[in-house]
Parts: sequence; C-alpha cells; structure tokens
Amino acid sequence: MRSYVLRRLVLLIGIVFVISVGSFFMIHLLPGDLATVILGAANTPHNRKILYAQLGLDKGILQQYLTWISHVIRGDLGHSFVSRESINSIIGHAIPIDIEMIFLSQIVAFSLAIPLAMKSARRPNGLFDRLANGFSFGMLSVPSFILVVYAVLFIALILKVPNTGPASFTRMPGFGMLFDNPGEYFNTWRLNLLSMVIPTLTGAIGAFVIYFRTLRSDLIATLQEEFITMARSKGLRRRRILWRHAFRPSSVALLSTAGINIGNAIAGGFVTQFLLAIPGLGATLIAAITTQDYILIQGIVFVVATSVVSINFLIDFITTLIDPRIARD
Amino acid sequence: MTDQINTPASTEVVEQPEKREPLGIFFWICVAWLALNAIAAIFGPWLPLHDPNAMEGMPGESPSLNHLLGTDQLGRDIFARVILGARISLGISLGAMAIGFGVGGVLGMFAAFRRGVLDLIATSITFMFLAFPSIIGVIAVLSFWQPASLGKITLVIGITSIPLVYRVVRAATLATASKEYVTAAKVMGARDGRILLRELLPNIAPTALSFLLFGVATVIVFEGVLAFLGLSIPSYVAPSWGNMINASRDAMSATPRNWPLIVFPSLMLCLFVLCLNFVGDRLRSYFDVTEVKL
Repeated sequence: MRSYVLRRLVLLIGIVFVISVGSFFMIHLLPGDLATVILGAANTPHNRKILYAQLGLDKGILQQYLTWISHVIRGDLGHSFVSRESINSIIGHAIPIDIEMIFLSQIVAFSLAIPLAMKSARRPNGLFDRLANGFSFGMLSVPSFILVVYAVLFIALILKVPNTGPASFTRMPGFGMLFDNPGEYFNTWRLNLLSMVIPTLTGAIGAFVIYFRTLRSDLIATLQEEFITMARSKGLRRRRILWRHAFRPSSVALLSTAGINIGNAIAGGFVTQFLLAIPGLGATLIAAITTQDYILIQGIVFVVATSVVSINFLIDFITTLIDPRIARD
Repeated sequence: MTDQINTPASTEVVEQPEKREPLGIFFWICVAWLALNAIAAIFGPWLPLHDPNAMEGMPGESPSLNHLLGTDQLGRDIFARVILGARISLGISLGAMAIGFGVGGVLGMFAAFRRGVLDLIATSITFMFLAFPSIIGVIAVLSFWQPASLGKITLVIGITSIPLVYRVVRAATLATASKEYVTAAKVMGARDGRILLRELLPNIAPTALSFLLFGVATVIVFEGVLAFLGLSIPSYVAPSWGNMINASRDAMSATPRNWPLIVFPSLMLCLFVLCLNFVGDRLRSYFDVTEVKL
C-alpha cells in the first residue's frame, strides 16, 4: 500500500515536470508578437530591445525556462507581461470562483445521480430505469454551451428580466470575496448564490449524466455478484444490501469517473465563464490569450494542469482506501 | 487515467445476452439520419438550396415556402445554412479523426503487436500527454495561429486526439494479440503484415469504429466551443452549427421572435451527436466489446 502510494507520487512529480516543460515550450514555440501588443505604436527596434531585456526574453529559451521554473518551485509564478500584476494574485482572485462553480455543480450532480442510479439499478429495464436511462442518454448529447445559451435566453426572454446579457453576470462576487472581504461576502451571499445558479445547473447536468450512467451499469453488474445473493439469502434488508454491499464496490468506478469529469469541468467551465463573463480562471486565460501574455498563459495552464493531475492522484488514493485490492496489483 | 474526451458511460456488463440482440429500429433510424447529413454535407453545393451566404430575403423572415425555416438576422436562408452547416462540422471532425487514427491508431497497433522499447516509449509519452488538459492546449495554439482555417483547426484537434486513439487501439490490439488464432497464424509462418491486416485489424475494427463515432461527436461539440470563443471559421465565411448558434446569441436578444435562428442549428447539432452516440453505443454492445481499461 505504502509503496503503491509512493510510486504514484513519484509519477505525479514526473508528470508535473513534464507539464511545466509542456506549458512553457508550447507557448514559446507559437507564433505571435508580444512587442506589438505591449508597445503598440512605439514598437521600434530600439524599444523592442529594451522591452525584451526587461522581460528577460533576450536570453536563450533554455535559460528562460530555468529562470521560470526555479521561481515556480519557490511558489512564484512571476508577473504578467501586460499588466505587470503578480500572477499569483491574479490566479488567487480567479481560482475561488472556479472552485465554487465546481464544488456546487458536483454536489448537485452527485446528490441526483446516486439515488437515481440506486433506484434504476433495483429494476433494470423497469419503467423508471428506462425513463432515467433515456433521459440521461439524451442529455449526453447536449453540450453545455448550448445549455448556457438557452438558460440565458430563457431568463432574458421568458422571465423578462431586463439586461440579462452577459454583462449582468460580470459582477459575480464568487467565493473569492470570502477571502478578500468577508463582511461584504456575508452581506451578499444571496446574490452570490443566485449568480451561481446557471453555472451550477449547466455544469451539474453534464456531470450528472455521466455519473448516473457509470454508477447504474456498475451497480447492475455488482448486484449480480454472488456476495449479493449471499447477503440476500441471509435475509438482509434490501436497503442495507444496496448501500453497504453494492454501493461500496460500485463507488470505485464512480470515483474514477468523477476524477476525469472534474478535470474536464475545470477546462469545460471556461466556455461557461466566457459566455457569462464570470471572472474565473477560464475567462482570465482567454483574456491572457487575446493579449498574448505568455507568462500569464503558461502560469494558468501550469496551475490548471497540475490541479487536474493532483485531483486524479487524490482520487486514485481514495479509491485504494475504498477497495484495497487495487493497490495490490 | 485522464482521457479528456467524454466517452459515454462505462461498460454495460450485464446487458450482454448470450445471443445477439437485433440492432433495433432506432439504430437504423439513427444510421439513416447520419447518412442523410453526410450526403447533404458532401453534395450540399449541388443541392437545390439557396446560397447560404447570400442575403436574399428580409432579415428575420418567418418560415415560408420560399424560406422553409425563415431567414436569419442578415436575411440569409436558415434552411440552407443548417443543411450546409454539416459540411464544416463533419469536415473538421472526420479530418481530425483521420489524423488521430492515421497516426495514433497505426502506432497503437504496431506498439501492441511488437511490444518492446517502442511500446514502452510511445505509451509513456501518451500517458504524459493525456494528463495535460488538451482543450486548453487547442485553444492556446489556435488563438496564436490566426486567421482560423479549416486545415489548421482540423490539424490541431487531430494531433491532440492522437494519444487517446493510440491508447484505445493499443489496448484493443493487446487483447486480440493474445488470442489463439493469432498465435496459430504466427506458428504457421504468416508474415507480420498479414497478421496485422488479416488477423488483428478485423477484430479491433468494431472497437475502433465505436470509438471513432464518439470521437466525431466530441469534435463536433468541440468545434462549437471554438466557435463560441471566436476561434473557429467565422459564420460569414461558411456556416457551421457551432458558429450559427454563436451568431444567433446576439441576434436573439435583438429579435426574440426569431426563434428558428437558434433552435434549428442547436437541434441539428444535438440530434447528430445523439445519433452518433447511440449508434456507437449499440455497436459496442452488439459486438460484445467490453470497454478497454485504460
């Protein structure tokens, strides 16, 4: 068990290293002219030289990478080329919004998917199962950006809430305010939750569909195992069999799906954020891309990729706690 | 561990009866719908449709015999645009999958067949790539590599799909390569090319096909995402379902009565993706392919 976790940890560090190389060189090998963006009309060869020297872009690419990575290891992602703001603080302001979006939508998705999958699996191909399965299959084909667009239009056109273009979502406080200004946050928590309704629901539907389908088919398989027949013949109650005997082994598949899905949700939430102008990591990244702010892009990509990998690592770890057989292979 | 594309659900372990269930009427309806769209995509320019880019009517006309689904905010025929929208969406997704399977699929088969160092290196590299959120990579590359063109988008998405295709095909080949008939062929002295093409390929084809369908569905959705970020083909160059939905967002706020504008492109996109998912899902259980463990 311990050697298994240790092995995974070494792998994790290796992957994070590769991510740092990947996010650095991917951005630097791309065409694009930072000087035009920053200097604008003042883009003369002389000014350009000074700018590159200031930003450290005149050195060799390997040298640049080493400088960057040595700062990253010490927890400093550097300063934005364009706004000169500290990237740590830019990400620090944006990331709580992403965490809130994912946290809320995952809670909704799990609390719908688990009971519904349990009910479905009790009678596979029964009326309830057919309905739930059909619905989830249908929703599987509706991408989240379409859901967001329809949700916005619904609010704007049907509920006739004035000015519900993307602009009205701009001042979403998010969880970030909890750290910046707790007093203000607790005054406006209603507004905060209200502004999270669309991102939460659209995120939750996509996650729900995947969780429901995974858990349902796994539960159906588990319920045919011999230890379930055994439990049944011992006269255990059905509820107890479902939760204690079937759910635990089946939750392994659910968890690993959740790992993949949360990783996707971080990246997938970008579109939602872009459409609703929610100032999270996604919107920040897209803004950084349009201004060609290399170092900000690579900072965000590095942070996102590292958190995706870490979440998966964490979930692998939890999985081995639930089902210790996995660590023994 | 971290495949970035959502393949729908996991194995349907139980619902694999001893004898093959017929594919069912819904399966064939879906196949017909996919075929219809494919035909429209290929022969679109020669079909008796309005010019999708010509402003022929008044903006925001209601459906009529002349304009079956009405006209959009610029007076272009929505029917023609929706039908021809399949061209870009399908072109990008099939092109990207061709790259993915051409490189990743071939490499995956070879790696699983030969094993050894090649397999080890290729598998470790793909593992690293799969840990990287590919959506972000595609967005970053495409936003630097402007102006957007069909070729660029297809190439970038195709390249990012290689590691995933590699892993799926490799796992499927590994499972097949250990079967007795492959050993038998080897013992009889069959050459590698024959084993790969005549023994392995037909047997991994069902897995590859259903994964291809899911892949196409994913890329169609992804093209929509790119359109929303302004990174796909602009809607005035050529219609795609994604850029039509995106363009209709603003137009809808101005003229809320013009619902065909947004409803039909999104309906076409969702229906097409639904059919792809359904056909892929049915094929997978029909051929009794248990999903490969990545």
